Amino acid sequence: MSGQWDVVIGLEIHVRLALDSKLFSGASAQYGASPNSQVSFLDAALPGTLPVVNEKAIDYAVRFGLSIDAEIPEVTRFARKNYFYPDLPKGYQISQMDDPIVGRGQIEIETEQGTKTINITRAHLEEDAGKSIHDQYDDWTAIDLNRAGTALIEVVSEPEMTSAKEAVAYMRAIYNRVTFLGICDGNLQEGSFRCDANVSLKPQGSETLGTRAEIKNLNSFRFIEKAINYEIKRQKKILAQGESVVQETRLYDADKDQTRTMRGKEDANDYRYFPDPDLPALNIITDRLDRQRAAMPELPEAKLNRYMEDWQLPEENARQIAYDVAMAKFFEASQAQTKAKPADNAKFLITDFNALLNEQDSDLADSKISPTDYAGLMDAMASGEISRKIAKQVLDKMWASGESAATIIEQQGLAQISDSDALHKIITRVIKDNPDQVEQFKAGNDKMFNYFIGQVMKQTKGQANPAQTKQILEEQLNNE
Amino acid sequence: MINLSIRELNQLLAKKQISTAELSSVYLDRCRQFNPSLNALLHINNDINPEDLLTANQIDGLLSGIPIIHKDLFSTQGVTTTAGSKMLADYAPPFDATVVSRLSQAGMMSLGKANMDEFAMGSSNEYSYFGAVKNPWDLKRVPGGSSGGSAAAVAARLTPVATASDTGGSIRQPAAFCGITGIKPSYGRVSRYGMIAFASSLDQGGVMAVSADDCGLVLEAMMGHDDKDSTSIKTEAWQWQAPQQPSMKGLKVGVIPGWVEQLKDDDIKRSTEQALKTLTEQGAELIEVDLPHADLAVAAYYILAPAEASANLARFDGVRFGHQTSQQCDNINAMYRKTRSEGFGDEVQRRIMLGTWALSSGYYDDYYCKAQRIRRLISEDFKQAFSQVDVMAVPVSPEVAFKQGDKSDGVNMYQADQFTIPASLAGLPCLSMPVQPAKGLPVGLQLIGPYFDEQVILSTAAQFQMVTDFHKQMPEAFV
Amino acid sequence: MSINRKELTEMAQLAQLDLNAEQSRLIGQSLNQITDMVERIKKADTAQVEPMFHPCQFWMPLRDDGVTEDSHKEQLLALAKQSDDNFYLVPKVIE
Repeated sequence: MSGQWDVVIGLEIHVRLALDSKLFSGASAQYGASPNSQVSFLDAALPGTLPVVNEKAIDYAVRFGLSIDAEIPEVTRFARKNYFYPDLPKGYQISQMDDPIVGRGQIEIETEQGTKTINITRAHLEEDAGKSIHDQYDDWTAIDLNRAGTALIEVVSEPEMTSAKEAVAYMRAIYNRVTFLGICDGNLQEGSFRCDANVSLKPQGSETLGTRAEIKNLNSFRFIEKAINYEIKRQKKILAQGESVVQETRLYDADKDQTRTMRGKEDANDYRYFPDPDLPALNIITDRLDRQRAAMPELPEAKLNRYMEDWQLPEENARQIAYDVAMAKFFEASQAQTKAKPADNAKFLITDFNALLNEQDSDLADSKISPTDYAGLMDAMASGEISRKIAKQVLDKMWASGESAATIIEQQGLAQISDSDALHKIITRVIKDNPDQVEQFKAGNDKMFNYFIGQVMKQTKGQANPAQTKQILEEQLNNE
Repeated sequence: MINLSIRELNQLLAKKQISTAELSSVYLDRCRQFNPSLNALLHINNDINPEDLLTANQIDGLLSGIPIIHKDLFSTQGVTTTAGSKMLADYAPPFDATVVSRLSQAGMMSLGKANMDEFAMGSSNEYSYFGAVKNPWDLKRVPGGSSGGSAAAVAARLTPVATASDTGGSIRQPAAFCGITGIKPSYGRVSRYGMIAFASSLDQGGVMAVSADDCGLVLEAMMGHDDKDSTSIKTEAWQWQAPQQPSMKGLKVGVIPGWVEQLKDDDIKRSTEQALKTLTEQGAELIEVDLPHADLAVAAYYILAPAEASANLARFDGVRFGHQTSQQCDNINAMYRKTRSEGFGDEVQRRIMLGTWALSSGYYDDYYCKAQRIRRLISEDFKQAFSQVDVMAVPVSPEVAFKQGDKSDGVNMYQADQFTIPASLAGLPCLSMPVQPAKGLPVGLQLIGPYFDEQVILSTAAQFQMVTDFHKQMPEAFV
Repeated sequence: MSINRKELTEMAQLAQLDLNAEQSRLIGQSLNQITDMVERIKKADTAQVEPMFHPCQFWMPLRDDGVTEDSHKEQLLALAKQSDDNFYLVPKVIE
């Protein structure tokens, strides 16, 4: 069968909750401890041990649910998901089945075609497994249970993404949301945010979903895009040959940039879910919802509106900042301390500061420049003391030296030339030195005006006040 | 001395007519002397030092110095805890079950660990990896199960009291078979922390002793909220109030005529009727009630309990504790399968298979969910009954202790749990107390109370025991 | 209701049990006896009845988020048959 295919992608995202202790035990949930040093008797599943639920995990899940406008049921229940694996000590994972803590909700993502709403089927609480280490011993797999029992929420989307790019945009939206809410530390390297992608193809326009393959354990935005694109290509090839896709779990191998069948999971598993008899049902009372509503930081949607309405930011800039936790935080903190127009601040932050961060391979969360120092720079720019171009140089120097904008501008004499006598003299000389260009300008070549501006900037090493330069230049040329 | 109640032993200790060390050694000597013929104990604490323990902890209560034996289902720190299984033959937990620590805090002296059916699955104690327990009344007969070791130990007075556990009758049936008193409190009363799980929504720790009064005293010390168990209820501390006189005037006792008629053994029927008559002689009023859905209880139970067990026993995989196969395994699944089939006995494997089946996709709704609906119907039946009566009095078992090997097929044993399972499904408090023996073998009567009303069943039993002495009878070979 | 050989094999796989032919035959036989017995529950009319997953007549309690456990590494690894260098060891698992 050949022809056109529609791509259908659904994601299951595992979000590690930023908690001190585990979901069901008082063992530390901190990452990176020496193997098996954060394992309670319960985490090792010693006979007779029993789970007791961490209240903060409930609160965080509820907070997430409220933030995606989801139904939060009055009664939620834990269930056992049964399967054997050496890093799953009880032989079952405590998860949720019929009554998840978060019901249907939705979130907006940015696509090339504009904003798109992705429906979220559900989100449920569950415990993480331990770690199996396969490469440390020749004949053994080594097990570290430190991670076993740490709290996750699994966010399940509807199969509504139609490209790898959309899948990434959705993943980012969820990532931004959970870090925004402060319920996840967002550390991708440590596995705090992982994703399984269900990918299938169907004939264009068809209503029936095709057979899907599940790609497990994608923990970077780059890999998920590559993995899904590889998987789409693989399935297209299979279907083009008239064969059918096998429903299976696959692993993405980043080194080879391909997915492969996960051998350990070849048996079609029957998880035999049933309500965990060790845990009575939980009643989620209105009080808890109210408390979480109150504890919720301003959501990106609200920020977007505020930036556009109160601060007159262009939508594109407003959106870029509002949906990025670190940027929004930095932007608001700096804006509170500067007289600069919010739109100018936003533009500089998005374009120039971001460029610096990329260059330095850093991000705003670990910025060497504080919002206060940055606000000082914005003030210098707003007052006309320095131009945007100089401001960029000052920013670089602030990053390197840790000095304030004012100090750098003063020490290095970077203040703009706004002295009109001085500017008059420089411009007179520029006009005198370029008679041919003056002729061309007079003959109607307007582009020549920018040439003169460039010359003035060259003479002043970019420190000429652009507005003033323009005004004086216009006067003098017209008087020629 | 071995026929004295806890209160009487306490008096002796208080008056220094006997020391705690002497008291322990009386019972320890009996353990060592009689256990070889009974096989009731899997471990005897030969080196306890009661006086040091009590002085060190400054304990001076009614239970201090009183010996006890724990069913080997309760975790004891540093002491092998096997659950009657090869799987745990050399497993010494690094912590105490809440029940064990509470009773030691109350000053009780743990003399050892009691044999049991493997993982509490069985009604005859023939399913222990460590060999069958014998009934002290007739060594050729079974003591009942799964708390058969605890029951035999109390019946032979190897200890005045023992802990036990009940999932579908595992306290009441062996108590009846061995002629002692045994109580399963309401679900949620006694912490399950450290008690090796069989079926988590049914398992409940309890006590076996000679008399209801002894049971009440020990239960009081065992019970109460435990932060480590999410199914442990937060209520005010429960206090056992022993009745002062035997009058049951005003007490409404629910009886189910159909259940008594079902007793095919005329002697048991006669004993049961006579016991009910004794209640009326003390002023109780018998009121006929019905549990219309109780005939479905056994079927529902044999779906639910194995289903929960199949998951609870998944942790026994040879990786972190317990038995691991010594055969060479080149992959993890081979290791799991060999370990589990070597470590679990046939009955346990049968129930794991049954539970796996009941939970598997395609059957879940028809069996597991359906059974949970029936559970609600039975629970509602009880609520209805308790709107008319204070306590119910029904048979424990349709038979007396049977001969070992008589029911080699486990499935035949299941239906005999018909009288004990309904209260288990509903989570209600219930006990078995000795009544008129039949053909020289003990018979029990079951008292069931409303949720959280342990007081009414214990005080009814205590009043019964004021006017009868069946509970004081003891197998002659052990006097 | 009867459980066939194929289902038995699947159940044994799910439960990670290594049943020999004789065990399998016996367990199959008794499972069928039991399933005959449990068939009875199908007759009951439970259309209007909610499942009672738990006898608890109270809601789930919760605990504060706090670390209350120290490392039990030595105690735990001492219980394991195979361990090395702070790890539990199992026969090689291939993904």
